[in-house]
Amino acid sequence: MQRISLRFLLRVTVLGAAGVAAGGSDGASRPAGSGGDVRAKIEYCMDCHGRQGQGYHGFLTMPRLAGQTSTYLENQLRAFMEGRRDRNLFINMSRVHGLNPAMRAAVAAQFQQLNPPAFGSAPSNLAAAGAKIYEEGVPEANIPACSACHGPDGTGQGEIPRLAGQVFSYTVRTLSTWNRDRGAASGEQTSAAVMAPIARNLTPNQIAAIAAYVSNLR
Amino acid sequence: MNFVKLIFMILIIGGWTSGLHADELAIRNCAWCHGTSAQGYMTAPRLAGQRYEYLEKQLLNFKNHTRDNPFSMQYMWDAVAYLDPQTARDLALYFSTLPPKPANDGDWNLVPVGKAIYDGGIPQENVVACTACHGPAAEGVREIPRLGGLSYAYLKRRLDQWGEGFHAAAQLPMPFIAGKLSPADIEALASYLSFVR
Ligand code: HEC
Ligand code: HEC
Ligand code: HEC
Ligand code: HEC
Repeated sequence: MQRISLRFLLRVTVLGAAGVAAGGSDGASRPAGSGGDVRAKIEYCMDCHGRQGQGYHGFLTMPRLAGQTSTYLENQLRAFMEGRRDRNLFINMSRVHGLNPAMRAAVAAQFQQLNPPAFGSAPSNLAAAGAKIYEEGVPEANIPACSACHGPDGTGQGEIPRLAGQVFSYTVRTLSTWNRDRGAASGEQTSAAVMAPIARNLTPNQIAAIAAYVSNLR
Repeated sequence: MNFVKLIFMILIIGGWTSGLHADELAIRNCAWCHGTSAQGYMTAPRLAGQRYEYLEKQLLNFKNHTRDNPFSMQYMWDAVAYLDPQTARDLALYFSTLPPKPANDGDWNLVPVGKAIYDGGIPQENVVACTACHGPAAEGVREIPRLGGLSYAYLKRRLDQWGEGFHAAAQLPMPFIAGKLSPADIEALASYLSFVR
């Protein structure tokens, strides 16, 4: 299947966001980027996201950042700072992820280069069902093939994230709570919008199957 | 996890709280230092209400000497020298089911500062938000320990000693995290946590 280019859908958003990149609430009053060099900042991220950026199971699940596309990483950091993502979580994600634009770009570029093994811990018996949905979608439920955008190996591209090797419980949570945690305020057109109907149409069983499948891709 | 839940079910249905009872020799040995209801005593920390997986892991860490803090070497290495894996599990299960009481012995004036660090970290100093791993009520989960209500002195000592390089053998997040805390951060965190119930 052909890869769908999202450039058309996203152009407006990405250009719009670049102008207000420095505008996070807590992020602006406590500029996290000023306190240290890039190496020290990456250490800070790894304290939560795992010593190699492969993800970590705490009280919350920290997602894998290693090998993620830098464009997507920067987009999400901006979404946290602008309060577009996870505003209902018990932890202030905008404060935790507050970085100035230069530091954001530097840190994202570094994480994209990393390639540790997957975190593991997914139930392996679900992967086959997940592979089918990933490659073919579920036409009768209006669910497109994930591979069309996320790529046949799940490695993503540009603003479309890598799913390969992502921590199982993180992918499950993300797809189950998309509307609440990553849904746009009314009228907002963001890169998260294309996933909203897809996530809504997936059943819990389908979500678990896909999350198990992609967690083992490398 | 499920296996542990299953055991709990069986024990509850059976009307016990654990495979061990408070009057058994193994428990009495521990209570000698950790206090009769395991609420902590002097240098020995509270065990009551601590996470099962964490307790079991620490007992193994003492036994294989990877937890090398001075008081661990002095007291705990001997205390678990002959502990077999099954008894370690039984002890962990027993202590994890006792209700914990907060120590309330930190500096009350430092509570707001400590709470702010716990909840949000100090990102510009590269200090992480503890709540992401230890939970919003410092209750812990699985092998990540409950911190709420542990004694001020124990919490401070533990954080100080990671910064000094003790218990660094394993690739844990804590040596890296604690190494970035200032003495004032540690005072505030230990004070705040001692009051959390
Ligand atoms: C206190 C712990 C903590 C620290 C420190 C932290 N993060 Fe996160 N981060 C999280 C959690 C938890 C999530 C998942 C939120 C969710 O489930 O939606 C997350 C999510 C992310 C995401 C979204 C990933 C995705 O796949 O959508 C990115 C990007 C990210 N963090 C980057 C960073 C960077 C870069 C740093 C260092 C500057 C950092 N984080 C520091 C806890 C942390
Ligand atoms: C039309 C293109 C498109 C299709 C088809 C698509 N996705 Fe996505 N997906 C995206 C984009 C774009 C994002 C990034 C959203 C954002 O920026 O917040 C995304 C994000 C995600 C994320 C969040 C990743 C993270 O690290 O937080 C998951 C999980 C995901 N998609 C799963 C799927 C699954 C499963 C399918 C198939 C059932 C699918 N996607 C189909 C475009 C697509
Ligand atoms: C001689 C006194 C003494 C005896 C007996 C003793 N302990 Fe300890 N225990 C300590 C001290 C002191 C520490 C603190 C070690 C440190 O500071 O690193 C400790 C720490 C611990 C810890 C780590 C707690 C944490 O929060 O990390 C566990 C678990 C523990 N003991 C379990 C036991 C068990 C189970 C027994 C009985 C088999 C036992 N102890 C017997 C003195 C003792
Ligand atoms: C990325 C996850 C993570 C984060 C974030 C985190 N911790 Fe921990 N913490 C752990 C783990 C795992 C352990 C258990 C270590 C072991 O097995 O010995 C632990 C243990 C501890 C202990 C030892 C408790 C005892 O009973 O001995 C203290 C104290 C502690 N952490 C304090 C903190 C503080 C303060 C912060 C915030 C500055 C923090 N932690 C942030 C994962 C984390």
